[in-house]
Parts: sequence; C-alpha cells; structure tokens
Amino acid sequence: MATLNQTKAGDERRNADHESFMSYKRMRWLKIALLLSMACLVSYFLVDVEPRHNGGSWYGYTLGTIGAGLIVWLSLLGVRKRKMSSGSWSLKAWTSAHVYLGLALLVVGTLHTGFQLGWNVHTLAYALMLLVIFSGIYGITVYTSLPAALSNNRQEMTRGQMVAELAGIERELETAGQPLEREEADLLIGVLGTDVFAAGFWERLSGNYPSCKTKHALDYFSDVSSSDADLEKVRRLLGRRKAQLDQIRKQMRLKALLEVWLFFHIPLTIALIAALAAHIISVFYYW
Amino acid sequence: MTFLIRTIDYTATGREIVRDRNVTQDVLTVGRSPDSDIHLPDLAVEQHHATISLIGGGSVSVDAVGDLGFIHNGKSANSGTFGASSETELGFGNYVLDFSTEDGGIATVTVRKGEGSAAGEDQASRFALAAALPSKRVMAWAGLLVILLAFLAVPIYTHLSRTAVKADYDGEGQVQMDASWSTGSLSLAHHGLEDNCEACHVKPFQSVRDETCLTCHETVGDHAEMPRQLTSRGPLSAGDQMLWAVAETFGKEGQGSCVTCHTEHEGAGRMEPTAQKFCAECHDEMDVRLTDTKLGNAADFGDDHPQFKAIFYPELGSDTTERLSLNDNPREQHGLKFPHDLHLETDGGVAKMAGNIGAKNGYGNTLVCADCHTPTADRNGFLPVRMEENCESCHSLVYDRVGSTFRSLRHGDVDEMQADLRAMDRAPRRPITAGRSRPGEYAQGGLYYQNFGRPVRSYVAVNRALSEDGVCGECHIRTSTNGRADVMPVHLRDSYLLHGRFDHKEHEQEECSSCHKAESSETSEDLLLPGLKVCRDCHLGEKAAEAEVPSSCAMCHSYHPNGAGSPGDEKPEGHDQVAMMSRKPE
Repeated sequence: MATLNQTKAGDERRNADHESFMSYKRMRWLKIALLLSMACLVSYFLVDVEPRHNGGSWYGYTLGTIGAGLIVWLSLLGVRKRKMSSGSWSLKAWTSAHVYLGLALLVVGTLHTGFQLGWNVHTLAYALMLLVIFSGIYGITVYTSLPAALSNNRQEMTRGQMVAELAGIERELETAGQPLEREEADLLIGVLGTDVFAAGFWERLSGNYPSCKTKHALDYFSDVSSSDADLEKVRRLLGRRKAQLDQIRKQMRLKALLEVWLFFHIPLTIALIAALAAHIISVFYYW
Repeated sequence: MTFLIRTIDYTATGREIVRDRNVTQDVLTVGRSPDSDIHLPDLAVEQHHATISLIGGGSVSVDAVGDLGFIHNGKSANSGTFGASSETELGFGNYVLDFSTEDGGIATVTVRKGEGSAAGEDQASRFALAAALPSKRVMAWAGLLVILLAFLAVPIYTHLSRTAVKADYDGEGQVQMDASWSTGSLSLAHHGLEDNCEACHVKPFQSVRDETCLTCHETVGDHAEMPRQLTSRGPLSAGDQMLWAVAETFGKEGQGSCVTCHTEHEGAGRMEPTAQKFCAECHDEMDVRLTDTKLGNAADFGDDHPQFKAIFYPELGSDTTERLSLNDNPREQHGLKFPHDLHLETDGGVAKMAGNIGAKNGYGNTLVCADCHTPTADRNGFLPVRMEENCESCHSLVYDRVGSTFRSLRHGDVDEMQADLRAMDRAPRRPITAGRSRPGEYAQGGLYYQNFGRPVRSYVAVNRALSEDGVCGECHIRTSTNGRADVMPVHLRDSYLLHGRFDHKEHEQEECSSCHKAESSETSEDLLLPGLKVCRDCHLGEKAAEAEVPSSCAMCHSYHPNGAGSPGDEKPEGHDQVAMMSRKPE
C-alpha cells in the first residue's frame, strides 16, 4: 500500500513537471476560485441588506474578512517563493492558487464595496487592489507570450555575448577610426562613448531611441560619397554596431515589457497592504 | 602560405607586449595543448579545439575539432568561413582571435586575452528593466509610508490630541485628514457635521453612542419602556445572537441603540427610512409575547396590518373620545347636522344657490370639497371648517338692515345671539299722535330717534332662530341649558388617527372621492375615513413588487413618541415627517 502511494506521488510529481502553473492539477485552483466567486455572487443577491448593500453590514464584513485574508495570503507569495518546499504546497501549487484566487479577489472585493465608492481611503484600497490585480493579469499575459519572442531575438547568443560583440565592434571601430579627420573622429567618439544600457524607462519600453548617436553617425557616413577604404570600413563597422544595438535594444524592450508589471505589482501590493490597514483601522476607529 | 600570429600580452602594470611570429602552414591548430600553433592556456578551451585553414580567395575556414564550438562574431558556431581581412572576431574561452591582413596580404591572427565575454556577462544584468527604475523595495517603502502617514497616523494623532469641545453642528472638526475616512456623504439633516467627524465619532473604536445623538436630539423619547420592548422582541435567533456578540465585542452599543436603525453615510439626500424589518422584529405576532398589548399585530402593510382605529366623539355633547376600529362602524356625534350628499348634489337647491352666488364667492355651478375645506399652508392637511369663512356665504346670519348695511349675528355664542336679536328694536309702531312728528334730530331718521315699541318681533326671531329649521337649528342640534334654549356643543377633530400619519399633499393627484365617500353620505354621523382596503389599492408592504407604492412602516408611523425630535423641531405631534416617502431602498 505504502509502495503504491509512493508510486502515485512520484507519478504526480513527474506529471507536474510538464504542466504550467496555469493548468496545475487540471486547473484545481481555477475551479476553487470560480466556486468562491459564484458563492459570493449568489449570496450577494440572496442576502437582504438594508437599506442597501454596504461594506458595513454583517455580510459586508464577511466579504471584507475573506478579501483581507486573501490579500494577505496572496502577498505572502513574495515570502513563500524565497523558501523551497514540494508537494501540495510546492511553489507551482502556490503560484497557481495565487493567480486564480487573485482573480477571485476581484469579485470578492468588488462585492464588498457594495458599489459605494468615493474619494476616501476605502476606495483607495479598492483602486490599489484593482491595479495590483490588473498588473498581475498583464504579467500572466506577457509571461505566456513574450518569452518566445525573447528567445527568437537572442539568436542563440547570450546577453554577455551580445555585450561582448558590441565591445568587439567598438574596439575595431576605434582602430578603424584612426585615419579620420577631426569632425568625423568626434562623431566616432560620441558613438563610442554611448552606453547602450543608459536607456531610460520609456526608451526601454518603447524601443524608440530618437537621439541614437550610432544612427546619426551612420547617416553621416552614408551621405559622404567616398570610395575611401577607411571610411568604407568605418561605415561597415557602424552598420554592424547598429545591428548589434538593435538586437540589444529589442532584448531590453522585451525584457522591459516582461518585467514592467512587477514594478507596479509589488510596490502597489505593499501600498495596498498599507491602505488596507488604514481602511480596516479607520472603519473601526470611527464606527 | 603564411600566417602572421601576433600575440598581445599585458604586463602586471598593464603594458602591452606584442610578439609576432610567422607560421608557414595552410592549417593552424588552436587548443590548450602546448603543441598547438595557437596555444590558449584556458581551461575552457579543449586540448585540440579547432583548426584554422586558409582556403582559396583570401578566405579563412575555421572548424571545431570536438563538440565544443567557438564564438564567431558573437554567435556560437562549430564552423565558419570568412574573409581573412573581414575584421572577424573569434572567441575561444577567454581568448579573442582577430583576423586581418597585413601589408602584402599576409593573413594575420591577433591573439588577445579578452576582457570581452567575462565583462559581457557582468553587463547582462543591465538588460533588466531594474537598471532604469528605482528599486521595487524603495517604491514599496515610499508608498507604504505615505499611505500610513497620511491616512492613518495624521488622523489618529490629531484625533487623540484634540481638545474636548461640545459638539457643534456648524463647527469645524479639529481632526485632520479624517475626511478620507468617510465612507459616504451624510444625509441632509446631518450635512453640517460633514467636516466634524469627531462630533459623532467621539472615542476610538467605539460605535456612535446614543448619548452623543441625544446631545442634539434632546426630545427624543423611548419608543416604549425597555422591559416591554425586550419582551415584545422575544429571544434572538442564534444567528442574530452571534452577530450581536461579535458587534458588541467590537464596541457596538447593543440592540435598540440609535444606530441599529439609523444608518448614516449612505449618501447625500434625506436619511433613509428605517427598514420595515426593524419594526416587524417586535410587532410581528407581538400579542403572543406581550400578552397585555392593546396594539394589533403588524409586520407588513400589504398583508399583516390591523384595520385603522379612529379616535372620535361618540356621544352627543360629550367631550370624551373613543378609539374604534373602522370595521366596527363608528358613528361620530360631533354635534352638527351636515349631510355631505345634499351639499354635493349637482342639481338640488344647494347647487342652485352655489350657482347664484358663485361668481362672488368663487363657487362653480355645484359645490365641491375645496369650497369648504381649505388646505393648510403646507398642504399636508386641512384647516378646521369655520362657519364664518366656509358656511356663511350661504348660511347667512344677517338679521337686519340699516340703510345699506346688513347686520349679522355673531356666530358661536347663544347669549350674544339672543341679545343681538332682542336689541333689534326696529318694529314699526303707530305714532301716538297723528300729524306731528318729533322735532329735529329726535324725528324718525334723526340722530336721536328712539323707538320705544314692544320688542315682539325680537322674541319671535329669537325663538325662530333656535327652532328646528331656524338659522341656528338648521345646522345645530337643539338642547336646553338650565331651562334655556341652547345648542349642543360642537366637538370636531382635526385628526382622527392617533399613531399613523397621513399626508394629503402626497396624494394630490387623487380625487377626494377616491378615498372619502362623501357624495353618498346622508348624515354627518358617517365617519368618512377610508379603511385599510382603500389604502391597499396603492400601498402594500415594503417588498411588494406589485404595489404602486411599496410602503414601509416608517412611511406613516414614527418610532419615537415625541416625533423625530430633531433639533429646533417644534411640529405638533402627528405632523412629523419621520422619513422621506419618495425615496425607496435600492
């Protein structure tokens, strides 16, 4: 019997290796989350609260308690993922539950408001909760779509190799630029002095670099009609640099698109916990 | 064929050492093995890693010997072909091989220990968005602190450190930032307290107390004595008991406190009417629990409400009242004769009279209710019918005429009526002497003219006035007081309902006759109040979807015996508006 159980557990673990956290255990947590949402929705219409639904009725407090518990538990993923364990509470199980229960929180939290919103700390907590959930939904979306693009763009190069290649091109450019006149040499100095990673948030996210010095230099050298072999070499190297920059920038853009949600999801979660604390304490402080 | 192999090394101080050597071979071997043509002492490089061959047309071909490839212009490769002068860079472990051609077309391989790939891996982290944004931790802490400070620390600190003052409706609160705690606008009546939260929320973690409400609502009385209230409510259900236990643990005052029924912060506008269920908690089958109650059970106006009881004067001439159900056919004896049907006839004498004097008095061709019943200024009810204003234009009390002036009897005092009529000494009498008149102003029509005849006509008039069809007896019931003719005292009520409130203004779209059957009432003994059934044509219980007007208890009843007891509220009992009727719970 014990052997049988072990085998079964082993199978499960092996199977689990092949399913994503989205479809973990045949979407067990999706089902649980749906059940929770449906229960809340149905009871919302069955329970009679006078004069109207309100976070302050017994039913409102019940939903609020469930919601607050969910928020605290969901935010504990940050703690949980730093500790290893396996089995039912493997990180995959936890992540799966995090995603689906997080979506169910949308229903629980919204019903808790009783659709009474205003310019106050209570609605602030609700708005932060929505932002956290929506940023999470964005995160799941890009996690399923962007890694393939990221991999395609790498063309079997590591990030280190991309940077090394760029450095190599730059070394060659510096050598090739020796015969250049002052003005052209200054252009090259500008190009070589540019750090590709100095790009800001919007540049990384949009992939638009309107003041790219390599592009300007390339345009300049392309316009110079000369059959000079030195210039031709610089031009070719600049072309290579531009191509390498494009790859690195696309890589940065994809990474930015992939990572940007966490810069909202995490700080907003902490802000939400603060707003939630203020919401709960203020309600009972003035009640 | 010849290769020029140029090895660049660095001294500890960073100085470059360049060594050139020519190798006359078509194929160069690359590897960690010391017998390789290009010896790369790097553990990441195989003993025999690759071969470099010159092929025709100035091209170079590189092939890996084993499985481990090399980096060709940044990309992993196992073999590759390129021009000897094409600035190609090959990476083997930490070493970089640059290809070029020296003067004279000699293929040159420059061997350097590159900082390249290791430095590149160092840079890898800079691909991440984190390189362009403040750290998540910093943002999280900033948000956390701002929110806790603004929405928690500031209001709590200013609340705890405020100086105690008496709540002031028009005053402004001392607590800062607590407007952000408000869950919704206050009702119209409490609007002045919007910026003064601590006026009601006095102590932390304690729900609004009755005593706080009573600082302004001083006149509010108890609905009934507390023991009777508790008896009539009966034991709580297990669920309610649990809810109350939880609520009281968290600082709620308990059952029957103001905030149990009156919820605030439900949005601007009139305060929400108290829900029917709060009344029904006790009044539903109350007689089972409160056995000595005189009140009928009530739980829902549509299907569980007793017939109205009217308070009225049942005994002629007596000022004692009685309260009877409309089902018991109460007969009112207010002391006046007034058949409504006669006055509302469309073709009788009354109609003719109205037609005759109509233009002058604002009557139409027939009398209508409004000709006699004048609404109050707020149109909620009606002023008492007064003889002088409402009856006298037809039922004239004129008894004499002097020149062009008519003399009228004063209404309301039998003694004065008799005195006035006795003084009506205008009976013509034969002069004592013929052919002579009294001199000057003493003559008939003169200032000092006196008529000393016997007041026969006066006595006749007095008797006639009090007869069955006389000017008094026409409307009043005759009696005698201490042997003298008199009329019965009149007792008319303004209001017949003791505990319910009826607002005529809210019913202006209805005809009077929809509820009051005056046109068929032959006697003023009829109490023309409509019964429960008539109201139920439109009004049913709070939750009755089929009703034109779903009606909770609060629409007609006030919970508090002294009315709403609002500050400055001096409305008489029975006229208080306890809740707005047009606003229904959503």
